[in-house]
Amino acid sequence: MSSPVIALIVLLISLGYFFVGTRLTSGLAPNGSRYHSRPHYSGLYAALLAFLPSSLLLVTLSVGDDLVFQRLALEFVPEAVSSAEGFKEIIVLAQIENVVNGINFGEQADYIYQAAEAWKGWLATATTLKTVSVIGLCLITGFFGFLKLGPDFRSRNAVERIILAILASSSAIAILTTIGIVFSVVFESLRFFALVPVTEFLFGLTWNPQFEGAERAGSGQMGLATYGSVPLFMGTFLISVVALSVAVPVGLFSAIYLSEYASSRARSIIKPLLEILAGVPTVVYGFFAALTVAPFIRSTGMSLGLDVASESALAAGLVMGIMIIPFVSSLSDDVINAVPQSLRDAAYGLGSTKSEAIRKVVLPAALPGVVASVLLAVSRAVGETMIVVMAAGLAANLSLNPLDAVTTVTSQIVTILVGDQEFESAKTLSAFALALTLIVITLGLNFGALQIVKKYREQYE
Amino acid sequence: MNEPRKGIIPPQVAISRVNASLAARRAGERRFRTYGRIAIGIALAFLVLLFVSIFTKGIPGFFQYYVTLEVVVDREKIDPAGDLSVQSLYDGDARGIIRNALYKATGAEGRSGRKAAGKLISKGAEQRLREAIIKDPSLLGKTVAMKFALDDDADSFLRGYISSAVPEKDRRINDKQIEFINKLQKLQLISYDFSDYLIFGSASRDPEIAGIKGAFVGSMLTLAVCLVLAFPMGVATAVYLEEFAPKNRITEIIEVNINNLAAVPSVVFGILGLAVFIGIFGMPRSIPLIGGVVLALMTLPTIIISSRAAIRAVPPSIRDAALGVGASRLQTVTHHVLPLAMPGMLTGTIIGMAQALGETAPLLMIGMVAFIVDIPGGVTDPGTVLPVQIFMWADFAERMFIHKTSAAIIVLLGFLILMNAIAIFIRNRLERRW
Repeated sequence: MSSPVIALIVLLISLGYFFVGTRLTSGLAPNGSRYHSRPHYSGLYAALLAFLPSSLLLVTLSVGDDLVFQRLALEFVPEAVSSAEGFKEIIVLAQIENVVNGINFGEQADYIYQAAEAWKGWLATATTLKTVSVIGLCLITGFFGFLKLGPDFRSRNAVERIILAILASSSAIAILTTIGIVFSVVFESLRFFALVPVTEFLFGLTWNPQFEGAERAGSGQMGLATYGSVPLFMGTFLISVVALSVAVPVGLFSAIYLSEYASSRARSIIKPLLEILAGVPTVVYGFFAALTVAPFIRSTGMSLGLDVASESALAAGLVMGIMIIPFVSSLSDDVINAVPQSLRDAAYGLGSTKSEAIRKVVLPAALPGVVASVLLAVSRAVGETMIVVMAAGLAANLSLNPLDAVTTVTSQIVTILVGDQEFESAKTLSAFALALTLIVITLGLNFGALQIVKKYREQYE
Repeated sequence: MNEPRKGIIPPQVAISRVNASLAARRAGERRFRTYGRIAIGIALAFLVLLFVSIFTKGIPGFFQYYVTLEVVVDREKIDPAGDLSVQSLYDGDARGIIRNALYKATGAEGRSGRKAAGKLISKGAEQRLREAIIKDPSLLGKTVAMKFALDDDADSFLRGYISSAVPEKDRRINDKQIEFINKLQKLQLISYDFSDYLIFGSASRDPEIAGIKGAFVGSMLTLAVCLVLAFPMGVATAVYLEEFAPKNRITEIIEVNINNLAAVPSVVFGILGLAVFIGIFGMPRSIPLIGGVVLALMTLPTIIISSRAAIRAVPPSIRDAALGVGASRLQTVTHHVLPLAMPGMLTGTIIGMAQALGETAPLLMIGMVAFIVDIPGGVTDPGTVLPVQIFMWADFAERMFIHKTSAAIIVLLGFLILMNAIAIFIRNRLERRW
């Protein structure tokens, strides 16, 4: 039986327990006493006991079996094939699965047919095992719950305890995710720092990662691998500065105009339009930067007699700036609106014009919030990946000229980790160390923003 | 008594000073207001520029050039085994049949002439003929007019990207081919039609037959996994934190955690997926299941935060009334609070899903960037997603891929706009204000 069919049967059995449990506990108990809970709670209790363990088992088995088979099937691939250049597990597995499913494109190697035969055998065994164990577990646990039902059994409390446990455990997912992130990044980083000293990573001025093979081959012009991350952080810094010098003035002035000058009608049209900018996928911005903005900047620069790299920091930074305009504007808009009207009225009462009231009263009052929103925008810019991957290039130049090509932390992480990699090499591990610093920086910026808001926010009441 | 005190300006002087400064202050006011207008103008100009640039490149991507040929479907030639099986059709000479029709239409002669003519038509043409025959076996033995895609070089020439003024050796299409194309055009056999390959084709290195179907199916599978995981978990977490959690250290840690996760760059979630699911659990790369899990973890904070806001917006009087008539706390939540908060939760979930649909970087990390021709049939089949497909196509040099990439972006943006429109509709129509 296939997994959906088993799931359906489990569901039907649970429903059966629900109805039988409900029916048996409606009315009075055989000894004439009343049941503690309303009947459908009794039914629900039996149904939950039947459903939860068996569906968990089913999910584990059905997700797991294919993966186990794939591991086992790869055993059939001869050493000579799997160690050869250009060997791709995915392709071999696809061929095997095609044979299993009876789709055939021409003749395949013998080992593929052998693996497919074995696969069919495992599939049959696994399906029987899955069917028997899941349905058996469902019947047993459901029956166990069913036995407990009686006039004295508080089934509503029991059901609520189960549901509460489910709710509490799902809120633990957030902690698990954090632990997962920390573990995956910190351990690999520690391994990296065992190979490359922390000081070289933090203060080295050359970034030239290489796979061990390349290093051993010792190709003269490539030189030794060096992992000094300063050029990457400079590049990130440069692109973020360009982005912020677009986003902060535009975003801040838009927010001021929208909250202080615009009619509510204009505001209701312009604000959603600005927020579209935040909803456009970053890959679209990357495409726009690489195909429209970068060539435009290059040709403009050329006509002015400037030497512009085809993947200049200016193009990536400019487009990133467009992307973070709505972050600055909507956050600043919120804090400007939170400044009480009485402050403005007082300023007007003293004879100030609207712009004077904004510059001398509203903005100083909103300053902590504005600073916090700028910090959040910086953290966005530092963590942004696709735009820089597509438009900023990979040359790790140590430069502060926005017309040069630079690379960033995120684009190096992506370049190193995309595709096949040796898990043990210093090059792969360096991506984790970069990710660790990236996390520390973005969380630090967010923490800073939060502290500023907490410490300096004026309480008007 | 009437003597002016030190430091106090007499009223007339003060008024004249104020009056003198008024012009400058009013100018300042106007300037300030103009700055605001300029800022909004710049932001909107960027928006317009972005969309205009995508649409002017993308609209032509929905169309491509086809050639209509009179194909003589020779039974022996196309189906040597005579059983119409896939294998037999693959062994058959569909290519030769199409080539013959093409030679006849163009009048190509000689080895070099035939070679030049053969290059005009897409490699996908044979597959199209086979599919047509499987669909309708009665075509066998007849002569039928069929439409085939032109090769991307011929397509680029017809679009005017390749000028015949360029010396022959510098262009991707030679004089003979240009002559054939002109002949076909004179015979009105070439048509510029809606590109069905874009919608129904799967990944290919040949731009004229490359399509987004595989990526689209991959996106839907990934999104389905993401929704199935993130929505129940997000709502459960929000309910627990708002309604049941005791105010203690653990709850506080969970809340700080959720806020921190919302701030972590998306690429880090990809690293989590790579290190934990692929590195430790040994799961295969490129499968929508892992993609969905990673995106679910990424969107979870968004869903939790908006669901909590929705729950908080339900007035306490509703809870008090339910508790007052004897409902338990869980009954209060499931019977009263959740139904009232549901529109707000759905809005947050749809916005989170839209975010997940457009996300690229974490999926690159878990290998969904592989070149996969097969359309994924399930969550454990290797696949790719729309944004990653866009990323891959953006790297290809062929002129036609720029159009196809922009067309794929339009499709992606269309879905995002649709999802956001649904969210806005739910917010405006179903959400209750108290």
